[in-house]
Amino acid sequence: MLRIEGLTAEIDGKEILKGIDLEVPTGEVHAIMGPNGSGKSTLSYVLSGREGYEVTAGTATLNGVDILAMEPEERAAAGLFLAFQYPVELPGVGNATFLRTALNAVRKGRGESELDAMQFLKLARQRMTALSMPEDMLKRGVNVGFSGGEKKRNEILQMALLQPSMAILDETDSGLDIDALKIVSDGVNAMRGPNFSALVITHYQRLLDYIVPDRVHVLMAGRIVKSGGPELAKELEAQGYASVQAAA
Amino acid sequence: MPAVTETIETVQSMTESTYKWGFETDIEMEFAPKGLNEDIVRFISAKKNEPAWLLEWRLRAFAVWKTMEEPRWAAVKYPPIDYQDSYYYAAPKEKVGPKSLDEVDPELLKTYAKLGIPLREQEILAGVEGAGSTPAEGRMPIAIDAVFDSVSVATSYKERLGKEGIIFCSISEAVQNHPDLVKKYLGSVVPQGDNFFAALNSAVFTDGSFVYIPKGVRCPMELSTYFRINAKSTGQFERTLIIADAGSHVSYLEGCTAPMRDENQLHAAVVELVAMDDATIKYSTVQNWYPGDAEGKGGIYNFVTKRGACRGARSKISWTQVETGSAITWKYPSCILQGEDSVGEFYSVAITNNYQQADTGTKMFHIGPRTKSTIVSKGISAGHGQNTYRGLVRIGAKATAARNFTQCDSLLIGDLCGAHTVPYIENRCVSAKVEHEATTSRIAEDQLFYCRQRGLTQEEAVGLIVNGFCREVLKELPMEFAVEAQKLLQISLEGSVG
Repeated sequence: MLRIEGLTAEIDGKEILKGIDLEVPTGEVHAIMGPNGSGKSTLSYVLSGREGYEVTAGTATLNGVDILAMEPEERAAAGLFLAFQYPVELPGVGNATFLRTALNAVRKGRGESELDAMQFLKLARQRMTALSMPEDMLKRGVNVGFSGGEKKRNEILQMALLQPSMAILDETDSGLDIDALKIVSDGVNAMRGPNFSALVITHYQRLLDYIVPDRVHVLMAGRIVKSGGPELAKELEAQGYASVQAAA
Repeated sequence: MPAVTETIETVQSMTESTYKWGFETDIEMEFAPKGLNEDIVRFISAKKNEPAWLLEWRLRAFAVWKTMEEPRWAAVKYPPIDYQDSYYYAAPKEKVGPKSLDEVDPELLKTYAKLGIPLREQEILAGVEGAGSTPAEGRMPIAIDAVFDSVSVATSYKERLGKEGIIFCSISEAVQNHPDLVKKYLGSVVPQGDNFFAALNSAVFTDGSFVYIPKGVRCPMELSTYFRINAKSTGQFERTLIIADAGSHVSYLEGCTAPMRDENQLHAAVVELVAMDDATIKYSTVQNWYPGDAEGKGGIYNFVTKRGACRGARSKISWTQVETGSAITWKYPSCILQGEDSVGEFYSVAITNNYQQADTGTKMFHIGPRTKSTIVSKGISAGHGQNTYRGLVRIGAKATAARNFTQCDSLLIGDLCGAHTVPYIENRCVSAKVEHEATTSRIAEDQLFYCRQRGLTQEEAVGLIVNGFCREVLKELPMEFAVEAQKLLQISLEGSVG
C-alpha cells in the first residue's frame, strides 16, 4: 500500500505540491485527475525520485517503507514503477538489452535470481503477444522511431515484465488512438489483483472507461480537493474542474 | 546481450581503484643504459643479432630523427619530453625451454593470469615444451604474441599456423628467419622519416609482431598481440608488420596495458599493413594503457603511427579501435587506397575522462579508381577530458568515382570536458562523392532518470547509454574483444556523472 502524508515539494524554490494526503491500499486502482499545472506529473516524479524535485515536508511509504530516502533504482527494486508520459529514447541501445538489463537489475534488487537470455526471451515474447507487439520491437533501439502508441505499449510491456507492486501511469492515454487505448488498458487490467495497486494520472474520463478505478481524486493547485468513487470522473467530464473548484 | 550484464557485474565488483591492470611485475630485467645516441641504436641491433642492412636502416632513421622536431599541431598539451631520460631497451632475463609451468618464472605467469590470458595460452607463451600443438578445448583459439616491455616473450600456435604457410612471430625472429620479406616491406608503408615518432621508432624499435599470410589463405584463427609496459622509465617502441598476399584474409587483435606510475611513459609504435589483390586485413585495437590518475598525474603518452596500404585491386583494410587508456593519444590509423576498387574503413571509439587528451582520427588517401572509404568516429568526453577527431580524406585526380562517407559523433558527459572535430577534405576528382556528417550530444538527465526508474544504477545507466552510442563501432570488433571493450567503456567512465 502507498501512503502519502502532508507531502509538500518544490522545484527551483517554487512550491508545487502543497500538502498531499493519499492512501492507495494494496489491490486497488486509484485515479488522479486535474487540470494542467495542478501538480500531477510533479507528484509522479517526486514519488519516483527524479532529480530537481525537493521534498520540503511530509512522508511517503510503500508497504511501510519510507521511499523518499531511497535512490530511484532502489524505489524500482522496492516495487515502484512509473509509466512515463513521454517515454525516453535511448539511441543504439537495443530494446531487448534494455528490458533484460532492467529486469535483472530489479530482480537482483529484490533478491531474486537473474534470467539468462533464453529465459528472458521466452518471457518477453509471451508478454508481447498479450500486448499485440510485433517481435521486431525487441531489436529496435529503445523507443527510437516508435510511434506514440508503440512507446506507450513499450511502457506497459516493461511494467508487465518488472511486476511492480505499485504502478504510476502518467497520462498513459495521451497520444493513443482508441485501439491502442484498449490494448494498453487490457495490459493494465491484466496486472490487477490482490498484490498490485496503481495510480492512474489522466486528464480525461475516457481512459477510466477501460481502467475502472476504485477511487478518483481531484488534484488542484497542489492539493487533493475532492475524492470519490468512479462516478466522480463522469461528474468532472460533464461539469469541468471549475465546479469542483467552486465547491472547494 | 550477456555482455551488458557482465559489464555491470564487472563494475559492481570494482572498488576504489579503477585501473585493475595497474600492477607491477617484479621480474629480473636487463636494461641498456638510459638515454638515446648512436651507441644505443647499435646496442639494440647487436643485442638482436641483426644483419648489417638493418643496423644501417636504423642509423639512417636516427640521423633523420635528430633533424626533426616533435609535432605540435595536435590539440594536446604536455610538458617537453626529455628523450635522454628514458631506457630504450629493457627485457626480461631469459630462461630457455622450461619443461612445465613449474619451471617458468612465477612472476611472469602471475602477470599472464592477471591479464586474463587462459592457462593453455600461458603455457605456450611461457615456452613450455610440447604446448601449443593443440588448442584449448571448447573455444575458438586465438594465437597470441606477448610483448613484455621491449621484447616479444613468446608466440602461441606457431606450428598450427605453419601448416597453412602462415608466419606469425616476433619481428626479431622474422628478421632472422624471413629476412627477405622484412627487407622488402619494412618501412614501405611508413618510411623511416615519415614523422618524428615514426623516425624514433625506426631507430630504436625493439620488437613487435610479424605476420605473413600466403596467397589464397584464410587465417583460421584470430591473431593477437598483447603489449605490456612493465619496467619503470621505459619507452616501448614496437613495430608491427602485416602482409596479406593476394586473396588472403586475416583478423588481427592488439591489446595493451601498463602499471600505474606517477611518471609519464612514452609509447611510440609503428604498424604497417600491406594488402595485395583481393586480400583483407582487419586490425582491431583495444587500447588500455594506464590513463593517469584522477588528477592527471602519470599515464602513457601514446604517439603511434599506423598505416595500411591497399596495394592490390579489390583489397580491403579495416581499422577498428577502442581507445580508453593513455594520458595522451596521438594516433591516425590510415589507408592508402592504391588498388582499384580497394576499400578502407576506420571505426573508432575514443574516451577521455579525468585529464585524458585524445587527438585521433584517420587519413584516407584515394588514389585508385572506384576506391571506397568509410569513417565512423565516436568520441566520448567526461571529466576534464579533451577529445579531438582529426581526419583527412584526400581524393586524387585518378580516383574516378571514389566514395567516402564520414560520420563523427561526440558525446559529452558533464560540463568541463571538450569535443572537437577537425575534418579535412581534399577532392581533385569531379566524379568522386564525399559525405560528412557530425553530431554532438550529451547524456540527457531524462535518459538517466528513465534507466534508473527501471532499476539501473547511475553508472549502469551511463554504461548502457554509452554502449548504445558506440554500437556501430563495437559491432565491428571480434566477439571476445567486444565484450572486453564494453567493460572498459564503463570502467573508464566510472565516477564521471553525479
